[in-house]
Amino acid sequence: MATELERSGVTNQIEEGPVGVWGMVIDQDLCTGCQACVAACSMENNVPIVGEEDANYGRYMHWIRIERLWESTEYPEVKMTSFQPMLCQQCHNAPCEPVCPVYASVHSLSEDLNLQVYNRCVGTRYCGNNCPYQVRAFNWLDYNDERVHPELVTLHNQMNPDVTVRRRGVMEKCTFCIQRIHKAEDKAKSEGREIREGEFTTACAQACPANAITFGRLDDPESQINQMAAANPSRAYHSLEEVRTLPRITYLTGGV
Amino acid sequence: MTTAAKPLARRHAEEHEDPRQYLMHDPLPRGQMNDMAMEAMHETNPIFWIVTAILAAIVVFSLGYEWYILIMQGQGTAGVLRPDYWGVFLVNTVFWIGISHAGTFISAILRVLKIESRRPFTRAAELMTTFGLVQAGLSIFMHLGRVWLVYWMFPIPNERRIWPDFHSPLMWDLMAITTYLLCSTMYLFLPLIPDLAMARDRTAGGWLKQFYKILALGFRGTEGEWKNLTTAMNIFAFAIIPVMFSVHTIVSWDFAMASRPGWSSTVFGPYFVIGALHSGMAAVAIVLFLLRSTMKHYKYFIRAEQLNTIGTLMLLVSMAWAYFYFNDYLVPWYGGDVWDKLVQEYTEKGPLAYLWYTMLIVNIAVPWATLWNRKWRETPWLLAIVGFLINVGMYLERYIIIPVGVTINRMPFTWRQYEPRIEIPMTIGTFALFLLLYMLASRIIPLIPVWEVQEGQEAHLIRKVGKAEVSTLSDLE
Repeated sequence: MATELERSGVTNQIEEGPVGVWGMVIDQDLCTGCQACVAACSMENNVPIVGEEDANYGRYMHWIRIERLWESTEYPEVKMTSFQPMLCQQCHNAPCEPVCPVYASVHSLSEDLNLQVYNRCVGTRYCGNNCPYQVRAFNWLDYNDERVHPELVTLHNQMNPDVTVRRRGVMEKCTFCIQRIHKAEDKAKSEGREIREGEFTTACAQACPANAITFGRLDDPESQINQMAAANPSRAYHSLEEVRTLPRITYLTGGV
Repeated sequence: MTTAAKPLARRHAEEHEDPRQYLMHDPLPRGQMNDMAMEAMHETNPIFWIVTAILAAIVVFSLGYEWYILIMQGQGTAGVLRPDYWGVFLVNTVFWIGISHAGTFISAILRVLKIESRRPFTRAAELMTTFGLVQAGLSIFMHLGRVWLVYWMFPIPNERRIWPDFHSPLMWDLMAITTYLLCSTMYLFLPLIPDLAMARDRTAGGWLKQFYKILALGFRGTEGEWKNLTTAMNIFAFAIIPVMFSVHTIVSWDFAMASRPGWSSTVFGPYFVIGALHSGMAAVAIVLFLLRSTMKHYKYFIRAEQLNTIGTLMLLVSMAWAYFYFNDYLVPWYGGDVWDKLVQEYTEKGPLAYLWYTMLIVNIAVPWATLWNRKWRETPWLLAIVGFLINVGMYLERYIIIPVGVTINRMPFTWRQYEPRIEIPMTIGTFALFLLLYMLASRIIPLIPVWEVQEGQEAHLIRKVGKAEVSTLSDLE
């Protein structure tokens, strides 16, 4: 039986297909661990500041973090791994998606990204548990509400108006700066052309002083990220490839 | 028609044993037994009301005030953090569902297998199921980040045209628990009808009379009513056993379906079912001890043979649990996955290793060391202490699986230790609410299925065959 919506011609299908499949290449050999990407991402996406105590406890909400681990602590072979910026890998086969009972963690049809719908999230935190990369951040408290946490919200005019401010009890994660994708899409559409490579980039890639992060189109074989990955087959790898999440971020390492 | 029943005890002991030590061979007139059940309900002392008031105060504080704080401020008031997205609230959920299992298991399995010593304590166990599930449901609500939107998880047609995602194990879980709650409530209610009718006929007036009158559904005890009731109870007793097994299997899939090291295990289903029975049996032992020592006349109903039955089951389940635990441990160890190995190393040698050792001692060593002895099984306080220890052990087991286990994940950078915060008073609150509901129920409904005891006593006879006295059981069906 057709519902009223269906009679009026509205369907579930989004007619426009994905405009581009986006991906990233991160060169760990160039990364200096300066954390500029972390700061830029937090500012671009209104990521709350949680304060020293909570961050120490393990409630930092950064969508991107720089990982560095001890490889060996035995003198004299004291060694550390190279810096690894870790953010949502925008998996093609994302473990966080099927476990959400309310479709808050979804694969968007028009951007082909793995997105979190904040106002649909009820906070079961199953997605966070099932993410092998541990890159999903939960709003433990109302960190962004200055009535609740005046000591944390000090830069009142710093918020990005293009991005939602999330409230307590919802999960959030890296979106590949979807607001920038949409802006570029709209501009390209109004000028009646395809999106050009390098027309825009994510906040983390833009901020990186060493150019370690490159953002671009995965579906275009001529794009910079595909050429970088193809040019360094021995250096390229995907994080936790054995879990079969089919991540979209290619890391390059071991060439120094 | 009479058939010879199996001897209730070993042959060499038979000559010295007094058959009247068994409830089925120690009958009382119907009227007297009904009065005893009513008296046990009505006679209270000040201590009862003091305990009730304390429990009510704890419930108001922890499930009222503390929960208000949790909802208004957010999950940050609890101890959850980046790798440990799930904490004590889900430990409580699994624990209470486990407790609720034994009630139905004992009642249904023993009814189906016609174990006679079950008769006086089936209802006490079934009540545990219903009240335990209440705590489990509340614990899930406590866990949600935005609990006020919980109805988004229910399949209600809505203008947003968003249906819950049935790929999610949480949805299976919600369906399973709802089914179980409904089935077990009906299964509790059916055998209650004759006793409600009995209470209705023995209550002079007031709201209680009306309460019994409505719930007894006009039961008068005619042949036809009994026939229908027995049929319904038989159907439920058989049908609820697979439901019970499915529920805890599905609860285990919340974990087993996730791709986390330590969780992704195929043995989790049966292992969780046995774990649930382990804690549930132990809880029944505690409840029987409490009822026996606090309720008037209950020493007549709950005797050494009942404790013996429970004690034997506890020992059996403990052995089965040990097997499954060993299995759950061995397979990942043999599989050699590096992450599984790290999880195992963390639980055995990490800062919380003492929890793991305590769990093994109280779940395996304690029951095996004590329950093999019939004299000890029949000692109420000893059985209750063993039951308490097993429950501590099973709580620790869930604690090790959830917040301790998930500390170790595939991103070593995020490894951090979880510590409970507001969870502590709220956990105490669920225990207090469980006890409070149970205590209030003991004032309103007879915790002993009086008619079931009477039915059993009528069917049992001591007959002299030659020189020997033989216990016989007339075939009821």
